[in-house]
Amino acid sequence: MVERVSQAQRTITVALAGQPNVGKSTVFNLLTGLSQHVGNWPGKTVERKTGIHQHNGTIMRIVDLPGTYSLTANSLEERIARDYIIKERPDVVVAVADATALERNLYLVAELLSLPVPVIVALNMIDVAEQQGLHIEPHVLEAALGLPVVPMVATKGRGLTELVEAIARLAQGEVAYAPSRPRIREDHRAVLEELERLIADAVPEPYPNDWVALKLLEGDEELTRMIREQLAPERWEEVHSILRRHEDAVLAVAGGRYEWIGRMVRAAVTRPRAGQISLTERLDRVAAHPVWGLGLLLGVLGLVFFLTYAIGSPLQGLLEAHLVRAGADWAARLLAGAPAWLVGLVANGLIGGVGRVLTFLPILLVFFAAFGFLEDLGYMARAAYVMDRFMHRMGLHGKSFLPLFLGFGCNVPAVMGARVVEGERARLLTILVAPLVPCTARMAVLAFLVPIFFGRASTLVSWGLVAFNLLILVLLGIGLNKLVFRGERAAFIMELPLYHIPNLRTIGLFVWRRTAAFIRRAGTIILAVSVLIAALAALPSGELGSSYLAAIGRFLAPLGALMGLGWEMMVALLTSFVAKETAIATLGVLYGAGAGGEAGLAGILGSLLAPSAALAFLVVEMLFIPCAATVATIRQETGSWRWTLLDVALLLVLSLAMGLLVYQGARLLGWGT
Amino acid sequence: MIRDTQVPLSALPAGEVGLVRALTGGRGLVARLAALGFIPGTEVMMLQNFGRGPLLVAVRNTRVALGRGEAARIWVSRKRG
Repeated sequence: MVERVSQAQRTITVALAGQPNVGKSTVFNLLTGLSQHVGNWPGKTVERKTGIHQHNGTIMRIVDLPGTYSLTANSLEERIARDYIIKERPDVVVAVADATALERNLYLVAELLSLPVPVIVALNMIDVAEQQGLHIEPHVLEAALGLPVVPMVATKGRGLTELVEAIARLAQGEVAYAPSRPRIREDHRAVLEELERLIADAVPEPYPNDWVALKLLEGDEELTRMIREQLAPERWEEVHSILRRHEDAVLAVAGGRYEWIGRMVRAAVTRPRAGQISLTERLDRVAAHPVWGLGLLLGVLGLVFFLTYAIGSPLQGLLEAHLVRAGADWAARLLAGAPAWLVGLVANGLIGGVGRVLTFLPILLVFFAAFGFLEDLGYMARAAYVMDRFMHRMGLHGKSFLPLFLGFGCNVPAVMGARVVEGERARLLTILVAPLVPCTARMAVLAFLVPIFFGRASTLVSWGLVAFNLLILVLLGIGLNKLVFRGERAAFIMELPLYHIPNLRTIGLFVWRRTAAFIRRAGTIILAVSVLIAALAALPSGELGSSYLAAIGRFLAPLGALMGLGWEMMVALLTSFVAKETAIATLGVLYGAGAGGEAGLAGILGSLLAPSAALAFLVVEMLFIPCAATVATIRQETGSWRWTLLDVALLLVLSLAMGLLVYQGARLLGWGT
Repeated sequence: MIRDTQVPLSALPAGEVGLVRALTGGRGLVARLAALGFIPGTEVMMLQNFGRGPLLVAVRNTRVALGRGEAARIWVSRKRG
């Protein structure tokens, strides 16, 4: 009886490790279902996912480690993963491996095996491997490795029960665990032993002595610093001179691991005949080609945008008409006797704010779904590869293209997506230029204003404005890279996964996580700023014309005059800080288009504004300071107010300067006045 | 007879196979390349190399995209039969 109770309370911790794109998230979702908790690693911008799995009275706490190729302290992710394993000592580490790239994936396993935790290999995508003619014998591999190997097809839920049972058995010590561990290449074994001896009494808990010695030989900066601080100066000199004499030892360590991998897979894997051209290779002849690939990419982008607006816009209109306006009317009726400023605050601020977030969703959902589809297909890596030669000019590399592309949907996920970019500088630069990608909100302003002033040339002007934004993005990137980052460039090294048929669950998860992040971040901030601006617009009298907001606008009028813009237009720009498309709603109120709706506003604007001034307004609006949600996300992701404010100031100056230039230039040429 | 000439990987034409001989460059880069399997003695096949921009190689049964600068740090001997 007593035993039963203690068994029921048994809790074990299971960490999931694995390289990127091996289906680790799918395994995590299968294990944890709805019990997931998503947060951040303490003090880091890397996502931390945990969850619970119950099995025969055992509670398994599942921790999803960041995807990493190895456990060297090269990146934030790698540091987090190894620190967790060393300091928290999970009961079991499950290494999720992609069966189609077994050798590469076993590299991480080789690294894990030098840490003092029991390891299970979850051999995922075994079906895809079979399709490619790659035959793997899990039992043979298991015998060679000396640890449990569980074949899986995570996308179909296959192998999950076996995995859970293997975890439980290993945690309870029911299986023999005697892994074959990789060793450093023979020519460096004596050096490694010498190092181990020298640092033996200086390695702090809980670091394993032999592992630290190995990492020193690999040139690991973090651990080198730690040992230098721990050792007496003479002893450190000894260690340091050994390390200097063996600077190439990293190749002996990695070489030793690959020799071990070679032994492990030799008997377990049968490869297809050499010379067989795979589907991936054939597709890449087009998709990764510098000319055809670029053409294909443009076509794909065009299709994505077409789908996004063809499906998203009508839905957006429906939501706007039936939900948001109805809500505002309802609130106005409810507050019939209340003071005007209160009505404004509730109807415009609160309901308007919620509405803004809500009406964004259809477009974002479709865009994210398209992006997730392309990513899961394996295409996005090719897009990054094709774009690398262009991103280079900005001191960025191909991977930065992915978050920037996401920015066409919304800048918030673009800034967050910059996490995939390796190298602090490249990541920061990507974040700083991301707000210049014209998001769906700015496209909405464009779609409304351009036809009023440019008639048949509308399409041309719209494309011109988008192209202009991207041109400024490139120029700003080049400038920042030269001036601030002094031309430093991060290395571009990226694995191109095999193409495979996209999995609906994976795409769904991609959409869900991006959308949830948008609602969490953007939602709350848009709402808060909406209320603030509505308060400024309604106080003190309830009349917008005499409100604080109008006073600010009039104060800015002289600046506006230089661009041919009245104070109303300046207020509209200011309120676009809430969310870019708020500008139109503001204009509607300021020009009293109330009853006429957008059509009425169009008429008023058309008669009030010269085309040159309208163009200046559009240029400024497109380049203007990022919306509040984006600013907050930049702050969060850079962890620095200095960079955030620098970016905002840069964009402010840039946008106003460009607006001025466009207006004055047009006047000089005698056009559109 | 096989002639052995060492060239940077970036100079290997598409379709040719090279044997990795040495890695140069910073420790961080060398560690990353080594983790991906670019280790002396490893065969690398050039899949795509247009003389400019990034290139595409096959190493240890995976396809890896490399910047030209990174590929220039990997020295290979051309395999000619």
